[in-house]
Amino acid sequence: MVADQRYDYLQRVRTAMSAGVYPLQWLVDAPFRASRWMNESVTDREQLRSENTRLSNELRDAQVSLQRLAALAAANQRLRELSDAADDVAKKRLVTEIMRVDLDPLRHRVLLNKGQRDGVFKGQPILDAHGVFGQITQVGLHTSEAILISDPNHAIPVRVSRSGLRTIAEGTGNLNKLNLPFLTGEADVKVGDLLIASGLGGVFPAGYPVGTITRVERDPAQTFAKVEAKPSAKLDSDYEVVLIWYQPPKIEPAIAPPATPSVAPLTPEQLEAATKPPADAAAEPPPPSPTTAPRVAPTAPAAMPAPATPPHASSSATSATEPAAPAHAAPAAPPPAVP
Amino acid sequence: MSNRIGFLRVLFTSAVALLLTIVPLPQMLNFGRPDWLLLVAIYWALNAPSVAGLTYAWICGLILDALIGTLLGQHALAFVVISAVAQHFQLRIRVFPLLYQAWAVLLMLSLYHFLLFWIDGIVGTAIASWIRWLPALVGALLWPVMVAVLDTTNRRIR
Repeated sequence: MVADQRYDYLQRVRTAMSAGVYPLQWLVDAPFRASRWMNESVTDREQLRSENTRLSNELRDAQVSLQRLAALAAANQRLRELSDAADDVAKKRLVTEIMRVDLDPLRHRVLLNKGQRDGVFKGQPILDAHGVFGQITQVGLHTSEAILISDPNHAIPVRVSRSGLRTIAEGTGNLNKLNLPFLTGEADVKVGDLLIASGLGGVFPAGYPVGTITRVERDPAQTFAKVEAKPSAKLDSDYEVVLIWYQPPKIEPAIAPPATPSVAPLTPEQLEAATKPPADAAAEPPPPSPTTAPRVAPTAPAAMPAPATPPHASSSATSATEPAAPAHAAPAAPPPAVP
Repeated sequence: MSNRIGFLRVLFTSAVALLLTIVPLPQMLNFGRPDWLLLVAIYWALNAPSVAGLTYAWICGLILDALIGTLLGQHALAFVVISAVAQHFQLRIRVFPLLYQAWAVLLMLSLYHFLLFWIDGIVGTAIASWIRWLPALVGALLWPVMVAVLDTTNRRIR
């Protein structure tokens, strides 16, 4: 058990065993596949036609919004080239089906019908039509096991889309709830805010929706606010999800600031921020552990020079004496807790 | 009961138990899904320890681990422990009336879930919810039914 938990020695054994139990899983899944196939083959004309109309309407809408997206993507690409940041959009996608097989009800895992033979790898991000779904934890020959973002052993680095605040969303064991334990009482977050993947962990590509804030409870006596979110992905009703391959950004361009701020002379405000102790100056980075977080005071104006610079704040704090330090001096982000 | 036929029967019941373990159920029922394979393993440990011994329990546990993707060896360890307990008290439990047997099974299932819970706690976040113990209760309630079914088929074949 230790060998399996700590090291990857048993990877081959697991792969072989998962191939061994595949017939069982196939057998259990078969009736559902058959019923779906039957459903598809015996739908009547009227139904097909209405579905066709609906789909073409949806396609038209999607294409209209895509027109704008193309222009935005091009602009984004130009800006990214300017700042030397890698573009981390999906390079390849693969639609997979979730097998109708129940695993442990206490752990939010699902079985996908693609495995090693299709190039699936451990830690691969999974999306559905609405947002981030989970990641691969075990790869078998024909199947792979995925952990959902709502599993209590899963955490995903996220950003509040409106304020740019970065934090970590943990699963709770409830399919409709994520927990954001590292947000202070003064954190700029409110109900209805969209959470997007921040891409810091190097597992999930940045920018995909993760969830919406459903509850913010601030207690002045507590350092941390109680913040909950609802996952965007339809974790409980999906039967098709998308595996994606993407080029993870080189080291972490998401937090390494562009070259310009370090060349530009610091404003007095920034200097003030920079000379403060790191824990205060780092206005927003996700606290690696609760112990460093309480001192973060995001609302203090001096501690937050400008909305665009927070990523820079921590690096300027560590290199306060040499403002021209290269951008890569930024400390690596704490790796998110993935299972 | 010749060993060969006994072996086939053990294999068949185990396969059915494995299927029942992963058949999709609605969310609420899923939480109360009994540990079919363990119930079958206990049954055979009580009734045919020479055919289905500790090795059988260990292999069952490993297959279960592979099937539902838990830590390799977690269920195997729990299965071996429970099977050993069952074999140790085999002669006594076998002559119990069904109701007492169900109590004994409830104890064994609780121990099983405690072991799983304990290992979960060592390697990560264990969910300490009452719902965790539901399968043990359901399993004990189903025990008389299962014994009746298996005993009847066994007698008919024998």
